[in-house]
Amino acid sequence: MNGFSATRVLAVMIKEFKQLTRDRLTYAMMLAIPVVQLLLFGYAINSEPRHLPTALLVQEDSVFARSITAALKNSAYFDLVAQARTPAELDEMVRRGEVQFAITIPGDFTRRVARGDQAQILVDVDATDPSATGAAVAALAALPQQALANDLKGALAARGQAAPPFEVIVHRRYNPEAITAYNIVPGLLGIILSMTLVMMTALSVTREAERGTMESLLATPVEPIEVMAGKLAPYVFVGLIQTAIILLLARFLFDVPMMGGWLGLSLGVALFIVGSLALGFLMSTVARTQLQAMQMSMFYILPSILLSGFMFPFRGMPAWAQAIGEVVPVTHFLRVVRGALLKGQGIEDMWRELLALTAFVCVVTALAMARYRRTLD
Amino acid sequence: MTLAINVRGLNKSFGDKHVVQDVSLQVEEGKICGFLGPNGSGKTTTLRMLCGLLTPDSGAGTALGLDIITQANLIKRRAGYMTQKFSLYEDLTIEENLQFSARIHSLDRRKERVDQALERLGLIERRGQLAGSLSGGWKQRLALATATLHEPKLLLLDEPTAGVDPKARRTFWDEIHALSAEGLTVLVSTHYMDEAERCHEIAYISYGRLIARGTAQQVIESTHLITFNGEGPGIDRLSVEIGKLPGVDMAAPFGQSLHVSGVDRPALEAALAPYRRAPFKWTEVEPSLEDVFIRLMETSEDNFK
Repeated sequence: MNGFSATRVLAVMIKEFKQLTRDRLTYAMMLAIPVVQLLLFGYAINSEPRHLPTALLVQEDSVFARSITAALKNSAYFDLVAQARTPAELDEMVRRGEVQFAITIPGDFTRRVARGDQAQILVDVDATDPSATGAAVAALAALPQQALANDLKGALAARGQAAPPFEVIVHRRYNPEAITAYNIVPGLLGIILSMTLVMMTALSVTREAERGTMESLLATPVEPIEVMAGKLAPYVFVGLIQTAIILLLARFLFDVPMMGGWLGLSLGVALFIVGSLALGFLMSTVARTQLQAMQMSMFYILPSILLSGFMFPFRGMPAWAQAIGEVVPVTHFLRVVRGALLKGQGIEDMWRELLALTAFVCVVTALAMARYRRTLD
Repeated sequence: MTLAINVRGLNKSFGDKHVVQDVSLQVEEGKICGFLGPNGSGKTTTLRMLCGLLTPDSGAGTALGLDIITQANLIKRRAGYMTQKFSLYEDLTIEENLQFSARIHSLDRRKERVDQALERLGLIERRGQLAGSLSGGWKQRLALATATLHEPKLLLLDEPTAGVDPKARRTFWDEIHALSAEGLTVLVSTHYMDEAERCHEIAYISYGRLIARGTAQQVIESTHLITFNGEGPGIDRLSVEIGKLPGVDMAAPFGQSLHVSGVDRPALEAALAPYRRAPFKWTEVEPSLEDVFIRLMETSEDNFK
């Protein structure tokens, strides 16, 4: 037995410290990443979103309708972004995900309030993400008590006294029971694919460089795009198998509804898998060691989870954070997956997201090709 | 005479280090040229510039008649390069490594070629073994087989036998000579003198400059070095003492004997005069390549300091 020597501990400690400071990029990342992430996510994440986009269909021009519109505008939860002319138009807006709430004030509203005959306001909620709408739906409950308080005077004063003058009928579309898994499980597809695929390819080129096999590879006539295509192909299969497994489990374990939209979904999955792999490849052309490649992929994963709308409602984030979120590919992929599975959206509804994913693939591939060195210079 | 390698005025710097300075090199087709020089002298960098792995800062030339700067991709098809560090896939089998090389060079008759290579190596039975589990000598032979699978016309070997035992080195060199006999041109860097002597000609590079060139005999003669071999009990202990004398460029013990070399004969004789006594016995010998190289190393200026 040697006993415990403080000098030997110190020897190892000093060596570790020195090696840490030699690897500048790792060092910088260890210090900068926590700060950036704390500020970014600290300000961006809001689990009780307000200012949710709302469309209104007013079927009568009346004092009451104007008062309710005003009450909604005053509420911090709703942003009136569109006026629908027909119920079908209103329906489309919800299905395409342009608005989270669709509020209908029916044509006989004033008459029914005046007669005390079950006056109703219809609220259609896009409930695919229950956490995004919970607080706003709760706020609707107070609407009947307050919205018409100033209008119910004189002969109508009695209408506001005993019972509320009207009811708010909330219709939770796509996820009526507000089951979180319906939203989370399809979202997980995007997160799991990102985590595994980006990291897999991020390690692939740096591994060749670290093991010295890159030098031999570069000395052969192989072209950069051939290396990339060859390196990505096996993982495309891995990604497809992962997708199949996740979707099967989502269906049979979590009862996630699958409304259709298979063509759009397939396109989205294919684009996202190739894009994620290409991104990993791009990282591996920048990173000098496998450790750096790992750190980079971690740096990518966090905003993918936190700013994409996977974990926290996308619309709950401030505008600047939503702008960052729009750059994160997972954001668009989640909209495709959730849109297809929960709402049965077709390509005509999600072409913007598919276009964004196509741009992701093209930009990342172009950057990777520009970064990939044919020589050791 | 056709030149397989013909480059002039190659320069390469990394940061402020001028690693290769104005190196010009001609190697005749079918010859084995030994590329010698101390560590860090620019051998690897020169080899990498020849096969398109590095772009020279300045200079020009051809390998196999192809421009090393503009036609690097064509050179890569016709040249084989073996890196200093083992750079095959350790987690692939011997056969899989060969197959990979065959495919990446788009070779026809792949199975036949791989089988031939395995047979030549004597690794038919071990084809399924992981390359990483081979011993150093076998690894190098496999790397050579992989680098020559596409029948290159030029072979660049970067210290192929470093750390390999003498028997395996000999086998390796027998293979190189066999390839050379088939018309392959070989440029091989090495630190081993016995290997240098097995080359048709040698090029000596030091601190980025090519300072000697020719057959082993020509290089030895060009330095005009005079060497005395001293024998006798305890003579090896005198190397430091003798090495400091004026006229002595170097004194190196070889087991029981001592090599003392210099270029100025009268001064060298004068320096050795006091030691020409019993029990020591001195004879003039032909300087070995090693004597010559150490002399070259010591006299070339170190511009990195």
